[in-house]
Amino acid sequence: MMRRVAIVEVALSPAGESADNYLDQVYRVCREVLDKAGITREDVGTVVSASSDVFHGGVSCANAYYWDSGAAFLKNGTRQDGESLLAFSYAVMRILTGHYDTALVLGLCKGSENPDNDMITHFFTDPFYQRPLGLNETVAAGLQMRAYLEHSGTTEEQCARVVVKNLGNALRNPNAHRKGRLDVDTVLRSPKVMDPLKELECAPKSEGFVALLLASEDKAKKLTKRPVWFRGFGSSMDFFYLGDRDMGSGVLAQAAKRAYDMAGIRDPVKEIHVAEVTEPYAFQELLWYEGLGFCGPGEGGKFLDTGATAPEGSLPVNPSGGVLAANPYVSRGLCRLAEVTLQIRGQAGERQVDREVETGLAHGTHGFAGQFHAVAVVGA
Amino acid sequence: MPDKHFHTKKHDVWLPYRFSAGPVFERFFEGLKAGKILGNRCPRCERVLVPARTFCPRCYVDMGQWVEVSQEGRLVTWTMSTEPFFGMRTDLPYVAGLIHLDGTNCNFMHLLGGFETMDIEAVRERLKGSVRVRAVWREEREGDMLDIKYFEAAD
Repeated sequence: MMRRVAIVEVALSPAGESADNYLDQVYRVCREVLDKAGITREDVGTVVSASSDVFHGGVSCANAYYWDSGAAFLKNGTRQDGESLLAFSYAVMRILTGHYDTALVLGLCKGSENPDNDMITHFFTDPFYQRPLGLNETVAAGLQMRAYLEHSGTTEEQCARVVVKNLGNALRNPNAHRKGRLDVDTVLRSPKVMDPLKELECAPKSEGFVALLLASEDKAKKLTKRPVWFRGFGSSMDFFYLGDRDMGSGVLAQAAKRAYDMAGIRDPVKEIHVAEVTEPYAFQELLWYEGLGFCGPGEGGKFLDTGATAPEGSLPVNPSGGVLAANPYVSRGLCRLAEVTLQIRGQAGERQVDREVETGLAHGTHGFAGQFHAVAVVGA
Repeated sequence: MPDKHFHTKKHDVWLPYRFSAGPVFERFFEGLKAGKILGNRCPRCERVLVPARTFCPRCYVDMGQWVEVSQEGRLVTWTMSTEPFFGMRTDLPYVAGLIHLDGTNCNFMHLLGGFETMDIEAVRERLKGSVRVRAVWREEREGDMLDIKYFEAAD
């Protein structure tokens, strides 16, 4: 039998602009998570952080810069760039080796102090075939949204309803960066960004410092009465060039299947009780429902319309407001996992969903139009 | 970036890079200079990919025979902005699309133009349904993606 690993504590920063400096913010979330668990820095076995260097941080070799702020002085640790949920999977594996009883997982992003996301995502392109054409993440999302609408019959109104739901949910999340009681017309009438995308359908640029303390089974039972167990993880990366891909479906289904197989989940729509997904563009939440197997292909809009994914529904999605409400680009996947952990522990405050939550799912995506997906399943 | 009400330190970064194109990309760009769009065929799955690649990303084998592909095809999806954004090298408005060039087995990303593009509703009307497009070239060419000015509607 494989050793078990649990999340024992989490700490999350607010997503709005802070006058604090990056290092202090790293220190605050780490301090909070250690204090909650009642352990010292010396008790931490290993540290795995997720951050980004020059483009999203303005400092190269960023882990050297924040390592001591991250409780990691002299630790055998490592750093992940790209999708932050991978840092969680690496920390789980470090504990599974039997060499560590605890691992601190960090996601670090101060979006308020660096350039617009798309000024940065322009550099995700290759310099030969794509960059001269002005491609960035929002251009790719515009191309994907039109392909998705045409291929699935999903309407622009259904996409706008994702914004209404998520920014409405964010009213109950004190950490959210953007929130509001909107109607579909307001979303549809917001300025066109990359047609058919509207401004309110695109995530903001936010701060997000998140720390999760992981522990082996024996240690977890000593540290908390409410451990949230690791159950499964899967990821998948699509082809690099947009022209090589199927924009209307993508590779999320493969990532989800890997996570479900590991977690022993056969019927996700019944066995997953809450999900936090990364939806930097509203329509993507609908497309991700399909990839996650919550509904059939092309049925994301209909699934939303049933009300199942509302906070009072049978499978609430993004009760925190999701990435549309707070988009710390680098750490957003780990922020999803922290939110799911709070839901399972019944500690999500006003945003706690109505239904009982035993098993939850966190999803992260990175790259253009969902090139990379990561899915984590955790449970009580 | 706007001024903030708290103390900040401003820092701008300027970093020069020169990227090696390698023989395959170079041959593709030489093709553009000569007014040709070059793809190549995977010997295993027999798909023609464009722009040309060194290896097939699906089969993971060296690409085989070079193919001059059609300069016409079907518009698969598109997007549009009337606002300038970082990295845009062309005049507004910006209309980009994925184009399935005839005889190829993937989509080719490029810009669209040559029709009334100031009004988004007019563009939506013009590009509704199945639209065929064809390449329009610049007269002065230097071996760059923008040697093709844009793809214009062909029907």
